[in-house]
Amino acid sequence: MADQDKGITLTDEQKKKRRARSVAIAVVLVALVVLFYVVTIIKLGPGVMDRAL
Amino acid sequence: MTDTTSVFEKTPEAEFGDFVALLKPRVMSLVVFTALTGLLVAPVPVHPLVAFTSILFIALGGGASGALNMWWDADIDRIMRRTRNRPIPAGKVTEGEALGFGLALSGISVVMLGLAANWFAGAFLAFTIFFYVIVYTMWLKRSTPQNIVIGGAAGAFPPMIGWAAVTGSVSLESFVLFLIIFMWTPPHFWALALVKNGDYTAAKVPMLPVVAGETSTRNHILVYSLLLAPVGVAPWLLGFASPVYGVASSLLSLTFVALAADVWRKRAGDPAKAACWRLFKFSIFYLFMLFALLLGESLVAGI
Repeated sequence: MADQDKGITLTDEQKKKRRARSVAIAVVLVALVVLFYVVTIIKLGPGVMDRAL
Repeated sequence: MTDTTSVFEKTPEAEFGDFVALLKPRVMSLVVFTALTGLLVAPVPVHPLVAFTSILFIALGGGASGALNMWWDADIDRIMRRTRNRPIPAGKVTEGEALGFGLALSGISVVMLGLAANWFAGAFLAFTIFFYVIVYTMWLKRSTPQNIVIGGAAGAFPPMIGWAAVTGSVSLESFVLFLIIFMWTPPHFWALALVKNGDYTAAKVPMLPVVAGETSTRNHILVYSLLLAPVGVAPWLLGFASPVYGVASSLLSLTFVALAADVWRKRAGDPAKAACWRLFKFSIFYLFMLFALLLGESLVAGI
């Protein structure tokens, strides 16, 4: 029953692929954050400054 | 517990590229191209980044429908040689992952197109995904030999969505762009199906050559080509493309009809196969040229 404690172990190959996938997802997420930010600025335009003080 | 471990080791860890493959990148590139044409032909100025974002999410919506299509069609993709290496039949991505991926991307792309462009365009994209996945993939693809005609409609919507992203509406011009792809799709795919119908027979997909026979398919190809020709020239006739487009599209359309007539005449053996291949290859060039000309003219006009 010693195996039970170890649980699922990934091979090196699987770890490498999982890591590459995680990095790619991170890059996509960061790119989307930048895109959403810039699109928001463009959509609001000068309205960004137009607020009640 | 050891069982779980060994089963897990047999499951290949999916790579990022496997998920990209679920989006059907080659179909996506066509979506980008035609949606961009629709967006730029529209007579309304648009901020370049809003244009970029709109095209990005229209393409992503197209990709999402590709993933949902692969989820639903995994059973027949396993049988056909052309599709056997897709991520699900190859065992790289599970069906559940493809379903979740497709649904999530559908939602993101529709909402983002709505926010970046307008909600009419967002709703149009949602309808296109619905049409391609539910009406075409789930319902009609396996039940009618006119499946290509229905699927073609879904493939023809992107330029209309591009136009709608800028104008917020539908118009005769954008409908003509739709009609060009709609009329082009059947002869394009049937020419291919005449050469490769063995695969479809094995997968029990009722392609026209399998169900109605090759003669009927040849008649269909010729009729659709004759209908396509005036539609291809229509942008010039309706005055939203230049005489240069008029001349070029006339020559291209005449060639298309001539090649379709060749397919219709040559019924057997290698000459018949060669004629089908020629029409199939030219059809790709034909559609590319029409949209490239429209795109080029709107870019020149924009300067």
